[in-house]
Amino acid sequence: MHDASMKLKQKQPRRYIFTQKLDTFFFDVYAFGQFVARFFRALLLPPYEFKEIIRQCYMIGVKSLSLITLTGFITGIVFTKQSRPSLSDFGATSWLPSLVAIAIIRALAPLVTGLITAGKVGSNIGAELGSMKVTEQIDAMEVSATNPFKFLVVTRVIATTCMVPLLMLYMALLALLGAFVNVHSNEQTSFISFIENGFHNISFLDIFSSLLKSIVFGFTIGIVSCYQGYNTTQGTQGVGRAANTSVVLAMFLIFIEEIIIVQITNWFRP
Amino acid sequence: MEKKEKHIDRTKLVISIRDLHKSFGTNHVLRGIDLDVYQGENVVVLGRSGTGKSVLIKIIAGLLKPDKGSVNVLGNEVTAISYSGLEQLRLRIGFSFQSSALYDSMTVRENLEFPLLRNSKHLSRKQVTEAVEKALEAVGLSQTINQWPAELSGGQRKRIGIARTLIMQPAIMLYDEPTAGLDPITSMEINELINEVQQLFNTSSIIITHDLTCAKETGDRMAVLLDGQFVQEGSFEDVFASGDERLKSFYDYNFIT
Repeated sequence: MHDASMKLKQKQPRRYIFTQKLDTFFFDVYAFGQFVARFFRALLLPPYEFKEIIRQCYMIGVKSLSLITLTGFITGIVFTKQSRPSLSDFGATSWLPSLVAIAIIRALAPLVTGLITAGKVGSNIGAELGSMKVTEQIDAMEVSATNPFKFLVVTRVIATTCMVPLLMLYMALLALLGAFVNVHSNEQTSFISFIENGFHNISFLDIFSSLLKSIVFGFTIGIVSCYQGYNTTQGTQGVGRAANTSVVLAMFLIFIEEIIIVQITNWFRP
Repeated sequence: MEKKEKHIDRTKLVISIRDLHKSFGTNHVLRGIDLDVYQGENVVVLGRSGTGKSVLIKIIAGLLKPDKGSVNVLGNEVTAISYSGLEQLRLRIGFSFQSSALYDSMTVRENLEFPLLRNSKHLSRKQVTEAVEKALEAVGLSQTINQWPAELSGGQRKRIGIARTLIMQPAIMLYDEPTAGLDPITSMEINELINEVQQLFNTSSIIITHDLTCAKETGDRMAVLLDGQFVQEGSFEDVFASGDERLKSFYDYNFIT
C-alpha cells in the first residue's frame, strides 16, 4: 500500500505556485534571507572567533593591497588625464583637483574597491567554501564539535565588512596621489595646493556616504560569496558555479546598492 | 590476517537505533532501520552504492536529521538533543570520511591540532604537540607531520583522517567507506588499522563499506542494507551462507571476478 502510494505520487506532475523558474527564484530569495538571519543570530551569540577574524582580515585586506594600490593609482592618473581636455576647453583646468577629488571620494573609490574586492575576494570565498563543502570538510568541522557557520561564514563576512572600507580609504588616497602626479607634471601644482583645492568641495556627508557604501559593499561581498560557497552542490562543477555566481551576484547587488545609497544621501544634501 | 580476541560487552549498548526513516524528496532511502551496537563491537553495514549507508552514519553523527525514528548514542537521543549537547556528544564520536576530508589549507599537524585546540583549551602547547605525535604514531605516519594534505597519497590521507579523529579519544568510530579507491595492499593496511584502533582504544565502530574483504577483516557482525532495510544480520559466514539470492551476486563480484 505504501509503495503504491509512493509510485502514484512520483507519477503526478509537480505543481508550482507560479512557474518552475519563478518558484525557484523566490525559494532562493527566501533561503538567502534565512542565511542572512542566521548570520546575525550567530554574530551575537558566543563563542566569538577573534583569532580567525584577524586571520581573515589579513587574508582579505593585506593580500588585496597590491591590486588596490595598482588600480587606485592608475584610476587617479587616467581619470585626471581624461578630464583635462574637457576642462581645458572652458579654461577651467584649475578646477581639476576639485573635480577629481569629488569623483574619487564620492563615486570611484567605493565603487571600484567594491568591484575589485568582489572579483578577487568573492570568487576566492565562493570557491574555497564550495570545495570545502563538496569534499566534506565542512561536515568534518561539524563533527569536530566546531560550528562551521561561525568559523567559516561569520568570520569572513565580518572581515569583508571591516576591510572593504579600509581598502576604499587606501584606494582613495592612492587615486588622489595618481591624480596629483598627473596635475603636478602638467601644471607644477604643489601638493598642499592640490589637497586644499581638492578637498575644498568635499563635505563630511561625502566621506560618510562613501564609508557607508563600502561597509554595505563589504557585507554584500562576504554574505553573497559565503552563501554561494556554503550551499554548493554537484561536485567540482558546482564549485566553479559558486565562484562565478559569487562575483556576478555581488557585483550586481553593488550597483543596485550604489544607486540606492546615492539617492538617499542626495536627500540630505543642502 | 588472524583476528585477535576481543571483549565485546553485550550488556552495554552504545548505539541503539529504532524504526529509522529518511527520505530525500520522493526517494525513501531508509525504511525503518533497527540496529544495536555494543561496547567494543565492530559492526559492518554492507550494501550497494546509493542504498543509504552513509546517510545512516551521518544521522548517528547528527549531520542529517531523520524523518522518523529514534537514534540513541551513548545514552543521548540524537533526534532530540540541543546543539550544545550534540557538540559535547560529537567529542566522543570519531568520523572517518570517505574523502578523508582533511582541511586543505592546513598542514597535517594543524589538521590534527584543530579539534584539540578548539575543544581542549586547558591543554598546554607541549601537551597538544605530544597528543599530535602520539596520534600520528598510532597510524604510522609520524614523518608526514609538516606535510600538506595535497602531498599525501590516498591511503595516507585516510590514515591522517583517522588520526584526527583518534586525537579526541572517541568512544565510537564511524568509518565511511574506509577502503574506497585504495589498492588491495593499502586497503589491507587500513583494515589492520581499524582493528588496531579498536584494540588500542576499545572503541565501538560502525564500518560502512561495499568491500567484502574489509567487512570480513574488520567486522564482528554484518548488517546488509537493501532497499532501505536490513535484510540480513549476523557473522560474515552466517550472512553469506544464508543463500539469499540478492547477496549472491554481491559476494561473487567481490571474491570471484
